Amino acid sequence: MLSTRLSTAAFAAVIAFAASGSALAQKKYDTGATDTEIKIGNIMPYSGPASAYGVIGKTEEAYFKMINANGGINGRKINFVTYDDGYSPPKAVEQVRKLVESDEVLVVFNPLGTPSNTAIQKYLNAKKVPQLFVATGATKWNDPKGFPWTMGWQPSYQSEAQIYAKYLIKEKPNAKVAILYQNDDFGKDYLKGLKDGFGAKASMIVAEESYETSEPTIDSHIVKLKATGADTFINIATPKFAAQAIKKIAEIDWKPLHLLTNVSASVGGVMKPAGYENSQGIISAAYAKDGADPQWDNDPGMKKFLAFLEKHHPEGNKIDGSVVYGYGAAQTLAKVLEMCGDNLTRENVMKQAASLKDFEPDTLLPGVKINTSASDFAPISQLQLMRFKGEKWELFGEIMSGDVSN
Amino acid sequence: MSAATEDAVTEAPAVEAVPKRAMTLGLGTSLAVLAALVIAPLFVKNFIIFQMTMLLIYALAVLALNILTGGSGQFSLGQSAFYAVGAYTSAILMEHVGMNYALTLPIAGIICFAFGFVFGQPALRLSGVYLALATFALAVAMPQLLKLGFFEHWTGGVQGLVVTKPDAPFGLKMSQDMWLYYFTLAISIGIYVASVNLLRSRSGRAFMAIRDNEIAASAMGVNVALYKTLAFGVSAGITGIAGGLGAIAVQFVAPDGYTITLAISLFLGMVVGGVGWLPGSIVGSAFIIFVPNIAESISKGLSGAVFGVLLFIVIFLVPHGARQVAIVAQQLIGKLRKG
Repeated sequence: MLSTRLSTAAFAAVIAFAASGSALAQKKYDTGATDTEIKIGNIMPYSGPASAYGVIGKTEEAYFKMINANGGINGRKINFVTYDDGYSPPKAVEQVRKLVESDEVLVVFNPLGTPSNTAIQKYLNAKKVPQLFVATGATKWNDPKGFPWTMGWQPSYQSEAQIYAKYLIKEKPNAKVAILYQNDDFGKDYLKGLKDGFGAKASMIVAEESYETSEPTIDSHIVKLKATGADTFINIATPKFAAQAIKKIAEIDWKPLHLLTNVSASVGGVMKPAGYENSQGIISAAYAKDGADPQWDNDPGMKKFLAFLEKHHPEGNKIDGSVVYGYGAAQTLAKVLEMCGDNLTRENVMKQAASLKDFEPDTLLPGVKINTSASDFAPISQLQLMRFKGEKWELFGEIMSGDVSN
Repeated sequence: MSAATEDAVTEAPAVEAVPKRAMTLGLGTSLAVLAALVIAPLFVKNFIIFQMTMLLIYALAVLALNILTGGSGQFSLGQSAFYAVGAYTSAILMEHVGMNYALTLPIAGIICFAFGFVFGQPALRLSGVYLALATFALAVAMPQLLKLGFFEHWTGGVQGLVVTKPDAPFGLKMSQDMWLYYFTLAISIGIYVASVNLLRSRSGRAFMAIRDNEIAASAMGVNVALYKTLAFGVSAGITGIAGGLGAIAVQFVAPDGYTITLAISLFLGMVVGGVGWLPGSIVGSAFIIFVPNIAESISKGLSGAVFGVLLFIVIFLVPHGARQVAIVAQQLIGKLRKG
């Protein structure tokens, strides 16, 4: 009795499936996508030591709300499910498994933090779920052969470092370069990029010093580096230490050409506490527009961004780099989903994400374009140099690219 | 005057004395819980099985703290350090030495036992809040020690180590998650039974005598120094095994996973489960795993505040945690039977 009923049900299901299959021959779906909805998963540190970055998740949520209010993507609404991982790798694994196995999302988008992403990378690749546009600057995400389901977004530390090396080789070929770097994944990734960038001219580097984040001050390292007679200083430090370095260099009356990593190029967080008078002439690089900079007030992209903040995300602060970041990343995902059309399989999402051509999100610098291919999983690899003058950064020179192959 | 200050410093912490019979569940209840734990995974998704595995792992770590605090009356906020040492021991042995995952666990346990025993020596001079602070220091120092360049070749520094998840052995048709769950369950039962027996044994009585009154215990001939450090060692050893299992289940170890927050969570789990009541460990573990998720589903921006309110309610209504609930339930059942 039961088996007859079961087989009838199965038969009916087969017929229904066949019917829908023939009627909607063009449409293909994986778990997480339907005619009316696309489910996107995300993890963010809303609590814990890195909770300042939680703003990124909130901005993305607001961005997708705006998309839904405007009719969705190809008629489908975005259902953005975001969980807190507290910047803890075990929690990240738990939350991502919940997203994939319980919420059944189509892709995991923009998960934040190098440790959390490392923890979930193997799992997501084994499950063949896209780990799309991860929010970390490590270079290892660009590995299409080893991890075909993982893709970065922002310029990697190595591409940025290569740009500085290119600049020095061109503008100051006889420079004697001293490098200060933080002894962790960020500092080391960066150092490798510099060395690769200098290539045969690696002899330009006359000194390297590393510091630990547990050191109260890095003054002694700066004094040591000055003593080597170097005339160029590359500052690979997180904000607190970068500011200390700028101050100490002024104090001991050392006047090298000073290059500073984008991580610490914050006017409010680094240049102001280090003293504007000490920061003049420092060179750094950027890929996104600065919300605090009045030169973008009439920029069409930034106008869209500001309108979005006003209407859909009033608690977002336009001078917060994380808001600008979240907007750009969400826009890139929206573009990829749009390109997928009615073929919303995980495989096609990765394929489309790997075929972005000259895409320009509203918040990126003019000329910085997103390009990907089957062998290039590093969407943004261009930056523009900038020099600190007065109380703000002034962009100069051309857009430079530092493509890093793994 | 000086004698008075010293008294204040060494006074035993306010852990309520738990009679040893009240430390466990009745045979019937134990079997019912065990049956539930064995059968449940057959009906749920892999993700839930993974959560249940983490539940058992944290329950082991809470149990270890319970032996230390509930048994011998010593506080520790440093359990995350032992957990980290266990996790790294297993991960390094598996990934660098290529050892079988099951064999790494006893080694993790032994290394952590030694570590806890050695740490227990200086801790002898401290008690109560001072001991809590000393162990707190250990928990704060551990993530930084793991990042040190000196160990980096082994620990992977900030990048951490990725661990390969074991398949079910003997060609069993079972998912990796389910196998790992039953593997963890078997170890947990073993450790639980051993812990109950430990606390019922001569050593357990010595722990409890020290907890209740150190001077009286030493007058009875208990070697106070030895048993206090031994309690630390046993607790660290079990925590280490839990850490090793955690590394295998999560497939990744990194310094950021073992911060002071973990130590405080474990402490919280112990209080919620009932200090000194071993079966409460699993309730405490459930609290630290699921309640943050519930809090997050209520309000994303205020998840911390909601968690705080929930915790406050629990502590206010049932200050003795799950043990209190269990006792009330037992009395109710007793009344029903009589009626």
